[in-house]
Amino acid sequence: MNRRDFLGLSAGAALAPLSRAVWAATAEGGPKRLIVIFLRGAVDGLNVVVPYGERAYYDARPTIGVGRPGTDQGALPLDGHFGLHPALAGLLSLWNDKKLAFVHAAGSPDPTRSHFDAQLFIENGTPGQNYTPDGWMNRLLAALPEPHGPTDAVSVGSTLPRILEGRLPVANLPLGPDAAKPLPIDRPEISRAFDRLYSGNDSLSEAYRQGRAARAELIGDLASEMRQADNGAPRPSGFPAEAARLAHLIGQDAHIRLAFASLGGWDTHVNQGKAQGQLANHLRPLGDGLAALARGIGAGWDDTVVVVLSEFGRTVHENGNAGTDHGHGNVIWVLGGNVRGGRVYGDWPGLATAQLYQSRDLAVTTDYRTVLAAILERHLGLGDRQLAQIFPGLPPARSNLGQMLAA
Amino acid sequence: MPLRHLAAAAATYLLVCIPASAAESAPDPQARHLLNRLAFGPTIEDLRHLAAVGADRYINEQLNPQSIREPPELIQRLAALDTLRLDPARLFEMYGPWRPFRGGVKPSPEEAKVRRERAKIIVQQAAEARILRATMSRRQLQEVMVDFWYNHFNVFAGKGLDHLWAGSYEEQAIRPYALGRFRDLLLATARHPAMLFYLDNAQNSAPGTRGPDGKEIGLNENYAREVMELHTLGVDGGYTQADVISLAHILTGWGLARPNLRLGTGSAFMFDAARHEFGAKVFLGHPIRSSGEAEGEEALGLLARMPATAHHIAFELAQYFVADAPPPALVDRLAARFRDSDGDIRAVLKTLFTSREFRDSAGKKYKTPDQFVLSAVRAAGVAVVNPYPLLGAMARLGMPLYGCQTPDGYKNTEAAWLSPDAITLRISFATTLAAGKLPIMSPPSDAPRPQLAADPPLAAAPEGEPVDAARLEQIFGPTLTAQTRGTIAETPAQLRAAVILGSPDFMRR
Repeated sequence: MNRRDFLGLSAGAALAPLSRAVWAATAEGGPKRLIVIFLRGAVDGLNVVVPYGERAYYDARPTIGVGRPGTDQGALPLDGHFGLHPALAGLLSLWNDKKLAFVHAAGSPDPTRSHFDAQLFIENGTPGQNYTPDGWMNRLLAALPEPHGPTDAVSVGSTLPRILEGRLPVANLPLGPDAAKPLPIDRPEISRAFDRLYSGNDSLSEAYRQGRAARAELIGDLASEMRQADNGAPRPSGFPAEAARLAHLIGQDAHIRLAFASLGGWDTHVNQGKAQGQLANHLRPLGDGLAALARGIGAGWDDTVVVVLSEFGRTVHENGNAGTDHGHGNVIWVLGGNVRGGRVYGDWPGLATAQLYQSRDLAVTTDYRTVLAAILERHLGLGDRQLAQIFPGLPPARSNLGQMLAA
Repeated sequence: MPLRHLAAAAATYLLVCIPASAAESAPDPQARHLLNRLAFGPTIEDLRHLAAVGADRYINEQLNPQSIREPPELIQRLAALDTLRLDPARLFEMYGPWRPFRGGVKPSPEEAKVRRERAKIIVQQAAEARILRATMSRRQLQEVMVDFWYNHFNVFAGKGLDHLWAGSYEEQAIRPYALGRFRDLLLATARHPAMLFYLDNAQNSAPGTRGPDGKEIGLNENYAREVMELHTLGVDGGYTQADVISLAHILTGWGLARPNLRLGTGSAFMFDAARHEFGAKVFLGHPIRSSGEAEGEEALGLLARMPATAHHIAFELAQYFVADAPPPALVDRLAARFRDSDGDIRAVLKTLFTSREFRDSAGKKYKTPDQFVLSAVRAAGVAVVNPYPLLGAMARLGMPLYGCQTPDGYKNTEAAWLSPDAITLRISFATTLAAGKLPIMSPPSDAPRPQLAADPPLAAAPEGEPVDAARLEQIFGPTLTAQTRGTIAETPAQLRAAVILGSPDFMRR
């Protein structure tokens, strides 16, 4: 059976890239966008979307298990079996509006417990293969309709991540408090000399021209917004502030179709806490930031999907130091105006010892690529051939992923 | 100044100055190449020295840094940084958080905050020392290797107590062994509280042990995994999850001396037999006899001598010094040298620096942010009084000093660092530095010192001396591309230094 039929879609969708005009016409509202937030360091998904309905969860986590809903600082009830970490209360209204979904027990088919290999596999989209030359988001960009401008894809931060490496140009921009500060290169007498120096076809010249073009498109908008927002007060830092700036950029620049940001600090081997503590302190700004992103994008929210994922999950059993070690399956978060949320997707494998991967980790029942492919297919309108280019060797999707996005 | 210091200073001065004419008469691209790789970029003075002694002797000098006299000004500046000389126990005592059991008094939140503020001086002094040595030291290779090994055995100063120990870690666990034997380096890092805390081995205990508060504690895999994946064998080095767990068992009890235990040593390392999992183990197929602390020494010694470790270190060195994708034949030769010299770093580097692959790789490596910033300051010939604008620039470019959160350290490839934003920032930094507007030549204000990661690097400052373009042309002239030389010729005089320091040529080493 072909994947498309499996997902119950019509076979008539175009396989070749659409022109920008056609794209705009077929899309209801503006251009469709995808934002990927990568949690580097392996977030403990079992404490994000807590399987409180399972006794084995509490047996395995006597110190760090998040309490059942209704108990003091317990999980926020989601669906009778799963609850949300209380530090993510900022996301509850999105859940209640059915704009937030989770896919549990998702992850990579590759068994590595190395952060760095596992991150690479999430980013290059080819689990187990180190030498893929580009990232799947760059391949995705190539599959989106022409023409490609300098700000079609924006990475938040001072470096370019592997996920966006590749043939097509990509912009990057740190969104800290100094994001919109003018630089000497913005002055014509300076840029004149450097425009000439960096006029070749080499990688440096290309990066230079891309950087100048991106600054020209993005910095002006951002500067005026930041002046209004701070009104002279010190500008906030941290993810909620950066997410609000990203939302503003997306709202102002209709060209941005892909955006990426990553957050660290999830490698909680010691004292990770339960309702309070280390993990909670990282989850709170993430949840608040995602809520700010949803609010800030405003009318464009219906055309936006946000995916939050991490390289692998953590051990089901807490370790000897009230933390967790490197595991396998995890939870993927999916948010957006067109998401059929309020539901935990995927096949829950259970936490009894016999159900665990290598007797220690949450098993992976949904390949992360099939979650992304479902979004690319339903939200960005890509066809099988394009999906196969973006994720070579893509396995068939689990049946219920096809229902995760409104057609 | 004591007399012998004066004599040393005079000798240094003579050594540097006599051969001036040689450098100018014989511009040698190979000399610039050596200084781009064995040093944080060329200076006029080092070019002259290299021209005088020749490449072979220069390499030998750099491999034996104790033979090189340091500039008295550097010695003096370092002497003022007192926390560099404190051992971990003393650092904890002077700057650590107050503990309830110390005199039974729990500090008020205000007191705790004051102590935390005060402790910032440790990382500030370590960072200042790093910048001063990188820009002024004549033992450049040693500084380059300190940078390399700190990054290889990375510790994030922002994690918990590690702000107390990152500087001591560099001074006492990395620097003494940077050109020594790999096994010594590995063991020194394994025992240092900075690493014990960072990768959590300080807490790694036999399952079922009772902690100081009576709570049950147990195994922690973090260090055991990363020491194999990142420090020794490499991720494809042939270990299994069972080896990770076995090594974690072996290293149980390797931890920190509790601050109220007065030990004879200031290292703050303690092997706690009460938390050790005794019993025979099998690690990487080798039986390990139950012997307490010695099990860890045996296992780490085993790791240091594994062929996979030799290959992993050889690859990293070749990638750092030669090419992003280093020639496999070179990596194999370096790995062989590593094995037959029992991990003698100096011997491996000598093989590397005298290889054809090294010689033929001039200008092919894209500079990391710290290499870019430091080489610009060195070429400009500016004496750094205030390091904060440089630290701020490194942070803004994505490479805050002591600020890499993850244990894999910073990458050193073009793919990792070349980005549209970074190139516009580098050019802007070059322009500001060249115009004399980077406030590095006057002392920092008394205002609270900025965090290393947040200092705005490009703030307008009182006018300083602009950088002399003629000096830069003297250093780089012969190696600049025609494109760059053409642009310089058509650029107004006051922008020429900026154009050189911001040129594509200067982005590579």
